[in-house]
Amino acid sequence: MSKKHNSNSGSRISRREAVKRGLVCTAGLWLTDRLGFAAPTVEPAKAKAKSVIQIWMWGGPTHLDTFDPKPDAGSDYTGPLNKPIETNVSGIRVSELLPETAKQADKYSIIRSMTHGVNGHETASYEVQTGRKPGDGKVYPGVGAVVSLFKGYKAGYKGLIPPYIVLTQPQGRFSESGFLGSRYKPFATGGDPAQGKFAVEGVVAQGITDERQQARRKFLHELNSLEHATKDDPQMVALNQADKQAYDLILGDAGKVFDLAQEKDEIRDRYGRTTFGQSCLVARRLVERGVPYITINYQGWDMHKQIFQNLGRKMREMDKGMASLLQDLSDHGLLDSTIVWWGGEFGRTPKVQWEPPWSGGRNHYGKVFCHVVAGGGFKGGQVVGSSDDKGEEVKDRPVYPVDLIGSIYQQLGIDTEARLPHAEVVHVLASAEDGAKTAGRLKEIM
Amino acid sequence: MKTFFAAATVLWAALGGIPVPGAAANLFESDAPPKPKGRIDELVFAKLQKMGAEPANVCSDGVFIRRAYLDVIGTLPTGKEAYEFIKDQTPNKRQALIDRLLERDEFVDYWTMKWSELLRVKAEFPINLWPNAAQAYHRWIHDCLRQNMPYDRFVREMLTANGSNFRVGQVNFYRAVQNKDPQTLAQTAALTFMGARAETWSKERLAGMSAFFSQIGYKQTAEWKEEIVFFDPDKTASVTSNAVQQAAAVFPDGNKAQLTPGRDPREIFADWLITPQNPWFTRNIANRVWSWLVGRGIIQEPDDIRPDNPPVNPELLAYLEKELVANHYNLKHLYKLILNSTTYQLSSIPKTKSPEADANFARYPLRRLEAEVLIDALNQITGTTEQYSSAIPEPFTFIPEDQRSITLPDGSISSAFLEMFGRSGRDTGLESESYTRITADQRLHLLNSSHIQRKIETSPKLAAIMGTNPAGGGNYGSYGKFGKNGKRGGGGGGNASNAANVTEKKPGEVVGSLYLVILSRLPTPEEFKTVTEYFQITSAKREGGRDLAWALINSAEFLYRH
Repeated sequence: MSKKHNSNSGSRISRREAVKRGLVCTAGLWLTDRLGFAAPTVEPAKAKAKSVIQIWMWGGPTHLDTFDPKPDAGSDYTGPLNKPIETNVSGIRVSELLPETAKQADKYSIIRSMTHGVNGHETASYEVQTGRKPGDGKVYPGVGAVVSLFKGYKAGYKGLIPPYIVLTQPQGRFSESGFLGSRYKPFATGGDPAQGKFAVEGVVAQGITDERQQARRKFLHELNSLEHATKDDPQMVALNQADKQAYDLILGDAGKVFDLAQEKDEIRDRYGRTTFGQSCLVARRLVERGVPYITINYQGWDMHKQIFQNLGRKMREMDKGMASLLQDLSDHGLLDSTIVWWGGEFGRTPKVQWEPPWSGGRNHYGKVFCHVVAGGGFKGGQVVGSSDDKGEEVKDRPVYPVDLIGSIYQQLGIDTEARLPHAEVVHVLASAEDGAKTAGRLKEIM
Repeated sequence: MKTFFAAATVLWAALGGIPVPGAAANLFESDAPPKPKGRIDELVFAKLQKMGAEPANVCSDGVFIRRAYLDVIGTLPTGKEAYEFIKDQTPNKRQALIDRLLERDEFVDYWTMKWSELLRVKAEFPINLWPNAAQAYHRWIHDCLRQNMPYDRFVREMLTANGSNFRVGQVNFYRAVQNKDPQTLAQTAALTFMGARAETWSKERLAGMSAFFSQIGYKQTAEWKEEIVFFDPDKTASVTSNAVQQAAAVFPDGNKAQLTPGRDPREIFADWLITPQNPWFTRNIANRVWSWLVGRGIIQEPDDIRPDNPPVNPELLAYLEKELVANHYNLKHLYKLILNSTTYQLSSIPKTKSPEADANFARYPLRRLEAEVLIDALNQITGTTEQYSSAIPEPFTFIPEDQRSITLPDGSISSAFLEMFGRSGRDTGLESESYTRITADQRLHLLNSSHIQRKIETSPKLAAIMGTNPAGGGNYGSYGKFGKNGKRGGGGGGNASNAANVTEKKPGEVVGSLYLVILSRLPTPEEFKTVTEYFQITSAKREGGRDLAWALINSAEFLYRH
């Protein structure tokens, strides 16, 4: 067939050329669908986690007002939030706006010494989710895309639900899949799970009954004259395959994972009837079906102005959703095999900007911030590293993006030394030789 | 308007009167085997004969008008344009259509988009041009294509550019890279203008070419994000990289260059590059233009020219190169030559089913429409618009909703649809960055998303054709393009969303018009029968018409170039 098989963006080379350049390893280290090789594999014996739920705090959440309170830093730092609360783990305190999440502290560890020093959204988002610095001519894939490469269709994942889901809108700051190409981009659900019916883009069409769907499908098939005339064309074979997969979601059972009416009202209430709360519930249902990577793209944390007014509502919603997710995963026996990863691209300036136009806001802050991990082999009830008494510098045990990402890969059984499909030698994780700053994996909580 | 649709119905009826056995095949092609028309066809057919492969038949008029519009101007023909072309009895009407299309504004828009992919016109990350520099770069490309600047001059202007990124658009060639070191710049120039992957070359060869790009200076000005790109003779001494040594400026063909102090080495490189004798320059562009129109390079991938990836038909490529040189790098000449060939006009239905025959252009290959062309077509059919956004909050990136996707100047301005359907990331300049394979999530989106459903349901254009009101109310403005382009449309357009205009329309008129508007042709009798039967089982008439529009939009014929 004459169609060019340009299945991915990024550089492409032919198999023959790969052989010529000595890139083809008999041991199968160079694993890529582009060259038609076997799928990348994880080492099941080493894999503690099967899935990741990433709560992506879009915009950069304030570290002082969430998981790294500094009540003694003075009101220019704390604003009105100077009474952090005890958690169910003695010695660990979190913001007074997280009463429910405080009761789950035995399930998660707080990393209080995340750092990369970047204050721009795009670059910081890229660094936190790829572990790379931009500028070497390649656009690296984020963690979700790498996980869907190693645990997705090419690795034996059979689900009809795509292996990498984002609830509900794509991040937009960077290409999640980088040089792995569109195929490893997340499937963005669209819609709103807090609405009566979660209209997942493409899966649920409002106002169209199943009968009409059936009739339309038959109608389309009958009218598809070009398809009939060019039946064996690889393009048509691919179209038919995509068609079948699509209809399995529209009319088959696979799409029911998004139907929250199947959950008890009481459960739905516990998560909170908000977009974030119900997204957490959908994420749990997706994990139950074996989806390896779910990002909850939680927008609205770029709080430059009047942060203390905004935090009240926002934190209530986050607290309810996140605490219920942790409890529910645990109740379903899923927490041991599911990593919950909370965090954004950076923290926010510890010192409050009281002057207008900010009127009590916090700016971008990449020097030190916090992330939270739970489940999937990570210990709970721990604190990793610390920031200084004003939350302005790393005081102890810096954690760079590669350290956290590498630890997540390790829990998933993904070999960080394995090569990614690229014409050049590119490993799953950046190493010190690549110029990446590292202070080592999070052994203390693994 | 009425007359047009009525006439379409009459034409349909006339076609319907002809008994056509196996109508589906004849819908797309003529019965007779193809005849070679010129040198291109002689060379292609000779090769096929040698292989024992048979070329497909010539495509039908309905296929041709759609194909030519999509390939030449990235735009769907309107129903009226399709109808008039099919009806036209002039013998050279295909040639006349090609000439007309090459002069359309959309020709410039569409090919500016293509070049913007290869030249990486993108405001931010990982290419960091900044919005107004991306706009300036795009504007320059657009201006060059509008005046049909000879290709060799186009390349030379970029390679030797000096000046402000905001004022001299073409200097952004040296900024639209992920790294401004000489080696990256050399690789970028090699990929773009030589179709070569310099990262696979020997170190010495790459270093030799890099030397030409080692005296480029970049400096800031008082204006925010303005950057001046200039020839910096003082940079010689500061080049300390082991790989790049000023003394070793060697052309990629192995000849040593004579660099004169004070003369910009980029000029010396450009003068070496843009000659007819250069082994890469003409070959690269001739092969690319062929692959853009015919769907596959004579050297494939078109940007991977190297000794062990030979052309499938060397004589054909040599002929195209010769034509281009003889016509002073006038790319439109090459477009005309290819588009008028029988080879280009073959149908997609293979006589010889084999990858080798396909690779030798025995038929026109099926290709899914690019993201931009597809969404523009959907918007044109339905009279709806698209919301674009950019992650960079700059006034230059605000884009009105009714702007067509093919005219978006900046890769950072995008939409969820464009991303899902594999719009080029403009990150690397590789042809393969624009992704056109169908995926399950794309299929879901087309079949069942609220986005597409809303377009169909709220479409004032489709409602007018069906004789119903669009859903959702609201003022959709006057009903579109037929009115604007046609002579007869003057009075009728504005009334379309008026309840008074909702009159009973004959199924023949509705179905014929939907086919023309969406598939650029009329239905076959079999198809018409299927549709009328479907209309009888659907309870609401409105649903029947919408389901037909939905089915046609989801058919392979709509989604694929064919």
